[in-house]
Order: sequence, then C-alpha cells, then structure tokens
Amino acid sequence: MGVFDDPFDPKARPWSCPCGRHASFAAHAAALACETVTDPEPRGAEALADRIVETAVTRAVFGTEARRRAFVGLVGRAAAAAALGAVFPLGRAKEAFAETPRRIEKRDLKVGFIPITCATPIIMAHPMGFYARHGLNVEVIRTAGWAVIRDRAINREYDAAHMLSPMPLAITLGAGSAPIPWTMPAVENINGQAITLAMRHRDRRDPKDWRGFRFAVPFDFSMHNYLLRYYVAEAGLDPDRDIQIRAVPPPEMVANLRADNIDGFLGPDPFNQRAVYDGVGFIHLLTKDLWDGHPCCAFAISREMIREAPGTYHALLRAIVEATAYSSNPANRREVAAAIAPQNYLNQPQTVVEQVLTGSFADGLGRVQRVPNRIDFDPFPWHSMAIWILTQMKRWGQIRGDIDYAQIAEQVFLATDTAQAMRELGLSPPATAKRTHVIMGRAFDPADPEGYLASFAIRRG
Amino acid sequence: MRATRPFASLALSALILTVLVAFWQIASSSGASQTGPVDAEYAALVGAAAAAGGQSPFPSPAEVGTRMLEHLADPFYVRGTNDQGIGIQLAYSLGRVLAGYALAALLAIPLGFAIGMSPLMYGALNPFIQVLRPISPLAWMPLALYTIRDSGASSIFVIFICSIWPMLLNTAFGVASVRREWLNVARTLECGRLRTALHVILPAAAPTIMTGMRISIGIAWLVIVAAEMLVGGTGIGYFVWNQWNNLSLADIITAILVIGIVGMTLDQALAVATRAVAYQD
Repeated sequence: MGVFDDPFDPKARPWSCPCGRHASFAAHAAALACETVTDPEPRGAEALADRIVETAVTRAVFGTEARRRAFVGLVGRAAAAAALGAVFPLGRAKEAFAETPRRIEKRDLKVGFIPITCATPIIMAHPMGFYARHGLNVEVIRTAGWAVIRDRAINREYDAAHMLSPMPLAITLGAGSAPIPWTMPAVENINGQAITLAMRHRDRRDPKDWRGFRFAVPFDFSMHNYLLRYYVAEAGLDPDRDIQIRAVPPPEMVANLRADNIDGFLGPDPFNQRAVYDGVGFIHLLTKDLWDGHPCCAFAISREMIREAPGTYHALLRAIVEATAYSSNPANRREVAAAIAPQNYLNQPQTVVEQVLTGSFADGLGRVQRVPNRIDFDPFPWHSMAIWILTQMKRWGQIRGDIDYAQIAEQVFLATDTAQAMRELGLSPPATAKRTHVIMGRAFDPADPEGYLASFAIRRG
Repeated sequence: MRATRPFASLALSALILTVLVAFWQIASSSGASQTGPVDAEYAALVGAAAAAGGQSPFPSPAEVGTRMLEHLADPFYVRGTNDQGIGIQLAYSLGRVLAGYALAALLAIPLGFAIGMSPLMYGALNPFIQVLRPISPLAWMPLALYTIRDSGASSIFVIFICSIWPMLLNTAFGVASVRREWLNVARTLECGRLRTALHVILPAAAPTIMTGMRISIGIAWLVIVAAEMLVGGTGIGYFVWNQWNNLSLADIITAILVIGIVGMTLDQALAVATRAVAYQD
C-alpha cells in the first residue's frame, strides 16, 4: 500500500510502490522514467496530505498490512474510519500535519559525492529523477577525497554531501577539524566493503600471519578504519604496532596495490572489484561477514542548513530516502548500475559496478560468488551505530575524555527525521533507534558503551 | 655551438620518436601471461588479462592514439557537471593559471623593484623570502581551503604563491645589478627618481625580469595540474585524477601529452617576449 492510498480500503495495493500510484514497484519505476510531474496535483494536495496522515495512523495502529486488511475487511470502511477516529484525534493530526512547512526555500542545490558505490542513492537520484520529483534542481559534483569533501561542505560550497558515517560525528566533536554542529539524516549503504589483498598473499588468509602488512583505508574517520582495526585486533595484532594503516583515497588504492606499495586495503567498492577486474588483487572477505548490516557512507548536512532551509531539507531527505529504497530493491540493481557507471558519475566499467550491486561477482581466485546482500541500502541511522562508532573513536585515541554517547548520537544521527520521511513514503521505520549489534560474534549493547570499551584487550588510552 | 642543419636535427627527432614508439609497442604487446583454466562465466566478469591469470597491461601506442583522436575530435562537449571535454578542462586550467600568474606579476614586479632599489628593504624582506620560497605550493592548499573557503580561489592562490618568487627575486636581482655607470650618467643628467626607474632601470632589468616571468609560468603550469588533482571539480589536473580513478592509462597519457604541449606553448610565448626586450651591451 502506498502513502496516497486509502488505508480504509481492504483491497488497497501492497506497499511495494513507494508513491502508491502504481500496482507494483516495476510499474512505479516504469512510470518514473517518463514522468515529469513533481507533485500529484490532480488529486488535490490537501486531500493527499490527509491521506498521508490516515495512512501513518493506521499503520501505527495496526502494525502489519495483514492486520489492517483483516480489520477493515471485517467491519467495513466507514466503521473502521469511525472506530479509529474515536481513539485517535485524526482531524487534529491532519491539521497539524498540514501546518508543517512545505515551502522549498532553495531549489538549486549542490551535493558533493565521492565516486564509489556507497554513494549510489545520492548519485542515482540525479539521473533517475528522484531529486526532480521532489521539486529540487540538484547538481551532483564528484569530489577528489574525504578531506576535500569535508572542507567544501564546511565552506558551504556544497549544500549537502556524501560522507563516511563517522565524519559527521567527528566534525561535530571537532576531531580532525574545528567543531561544527553537523548532522546525518540518512545512512546510504550498509555492508558493501571488502578486504582486498595483493595476489601474492593468496595463501596467507589468516590475519594472524599479517604482521608487518601495510594496509590502506580511505580515511581516519571511517568505518573501514574501525572495522580493519577491529578485525586484526580480534586476531591478536595491534593495528598501531603490528601492521601499518594509511589513509589513501580509494582510487589510488588499486594503483598502490599494483605497485606493491601496500599489501591490501579495506576499501569501498567498486575498487575491490576493480582490483579483481584488473588482476591485481583478490577479495579476502566482505565486511558483511564482520558485521552484517554495518553502516558505511551517509548523507550529511550541516545543522545550519537545516535551520535556514527546513523545507529544502525535508524535500532532499525524502528524495534520498526514496532513492535509497529504490536502490535497495534487488530487481532494480542492474538498472541502477547502468545509470551510475558512466563518466559523469562513477566512471567505471559497467560490469564492475554491476558485480558489486548484484552480488554475483568474481572473487579474484577463480570463483564466482553469489552474495545478494554484498551491499544493501537502508536509510535508518540507528543511534546504536553512532554509539559504536564513538566507542571505536575512543578505543583508538581519536577522542579523549568522558563523552555523552547517547546525546551525541541523538544530536547527529537524526533518526526521528528519517523515520518521518520513511513513513511519509510508505516505508516502515523501526520503532526505536537503539538495538544490539553483533560484530564478529561479539554483542554490542548500546546502553553500556564504557563496559564494551573496557572489554577490549587491545586499545589506546 | 656550431651551426647545425635544421633538417638533420628534425630527421633525428623523428627517428628517436619512431624508435621510442616501436619499443613501447613491442613492450606492451609482449606481456602474454601464464594461462590458467578459467570458466567462461568468471572470465566474463573480469578484464581480459585477469581472466588469463595476469594483470591488465600497459596500453599500446595504438590504443593511446585512438583515445587521443576521440578526445581531440570532440574537445568541447559538456555531458553533465562531471563529464566535460578535454578542451573545456584545459580552458579552466589556463584560466586559473593566468589569473594567479597575473596577480603574482602585479605584486612581484613593483615589490621586486622596491627591494632591488633599496638595500634596506632587501635586508628586511630577505629572511621572509628565503623561508617562504622553498615551500611546496601544494603545502599551502589545506591552509588556503581553510581560510579562503572557496576551492576555485584556493587553486588560484596556490598558483599565485608559487609563481611570485622567481619573478620577485629576478626583478630584485635585475634592478640591483643595473650598471652603476648608467645610474651615474642618469644622475649627472639630473634625472628624477621616477624617470631613472622607468627609462634607465626598467629597460636594463627587463631581460632578467622576463626570465623570472618565464620561470614562473613554467612553475605555475606544473603546479596547476597537482592542485587540481587535489581539489577536483574542473581542469586538466582533475581530468588526470578522474582517469586515474578509472585506471585508464590511455587517457592519462593523452592528458600528459596535451599538458606538455600547452606548457611548451606558454614557455615559447614568453621566450618571444624575452627576445623582444633583449639588448646587446
């Protein structure tokens, strides 16, 4: 059922179409390709807003699609609406919803990205028209590296940017730059990274044998850095003493691997796959095998921008969430790969991007692996993810002293906004923003970050 | 140097080029590697060289030539923010170089004059110049991005800061080493300071100043490529970075040749200007 469908109709279409105007996701995508209308005006904006409220409320009350159908089918449309109206002030909720600002203050936006598949939703929203559908004229600008994207975002050359999920936390805390309140309203991708080793190490697959290896990660404040450190530390190696970790921009990783400057890297795709494509390295493991569902890249925006242009922020977030949902559907992955592979976006051979997104890939050792969730896309910024990142920043000495984990997580990871945007688009966000994550078999409880930190034998400070 | 026959040296140049290209062609085509049996599905997913168990080879001259023709056939296309022709990228780079260079000349030549004419100024400013001059211009980039808060202006600043020193030092040196007799003659004829500066010192120091300007433009053109690789966005340096991103060596070689030719043209233009102000003692 879509957000614009009558929730009191027991035969309403299933949730698969994000706008609710098509029978299936495929039909939605097909219509999208030739659609120029940005707002479904013919049905009346107010009526639609009312529908959105009704849908949100019924969803909250019934929880699942099956229960809603059963109830509405049983008592009939009018009775269902009346029954719901009796327990929940639907009329007032509709009024309150209509009051929220929907004026878009700034339509022409610049959004920076790094050419990696992690940025898929931010990039594909441009060629596939998701920004335009929400009334925005967005220019997506490829940028040379993480420090540059950070500085250009801080300088307001970009209105919003693709960042690594630890970066908004680091910018807010002032680690590695001056402290500026930054926010992360959506995660882009989960999983989708890998450890790639040089071909000559094909028989040294045990991390215990990696003493003296030189590794590259994209940035100091990256999940890649924390996951690599975690992985080797679990094997008993001290990442600061027993191996060498350097920050190297992703495109240079393959070139360095080829030149034997590094022994391997934990990097973003398409460069793991590109190393295989060029016969330079092999995929040792996918990061999903370390932490299934770990966040990686993010959509980040300054708090100042949100305050100045709340309507623009709202539209942009909806476009991103919708693009993320679209990218997440396995049926669309080939189409998305074709849209982002050309020179204007990733500038990579299409087969490389396709292997990353579809999860049917050559591993560099002569096998074809099939891992459909090699990369996935899920916008919800779990506060517990932020808390985990903060524990690792503290573990490796990037931040010092006492910090209020939960408060910083809440301040930077805007889960409430994401949840609202997801609900408006007919997706179902989780009810809470904290959960237990399992990383390499070890459970992380977000309620006790200090205890978790103390449980590691290898740590700084 | 004895007089040489221009045709002979031209023929020798052509011969050297032919030998180099032939050597390159042989070297890039002889990279046949050990072949391991790989199934067809796997082979379709990787590059031809990886399927055969090797690494992607260096491109051959023929591949580079094809790419070069493609770039030169349509140098001014615009297919979106991140996909523009090589001609447009060159224009961006040249614009930045000329802006930074012009700013540097506007500051360096008057300041160099002041330093050259006054031993006091020379002594006072010399320590600063000596410390600042050997700094790699790219080291200024993070500082510039942080303070100027604009990546385009930062690139221009980096060009400015790297091209100012040769002009400043050469101007100061040229002005300071004007022959004493000429200055004495001017004084005997009771020329004013300004007139002496414009009619005696400037023409006398002009060849040295021009040499400084020629060194500067060379450095500016060297630096812009590196600066654009760092900052990205537009320009020929960004073009190189972008093709590196795609590990496309054929495109990089094309860009290298274009960068070389443009650099040579800039240098030759200033060489002509230098000859125009040269004089015989």
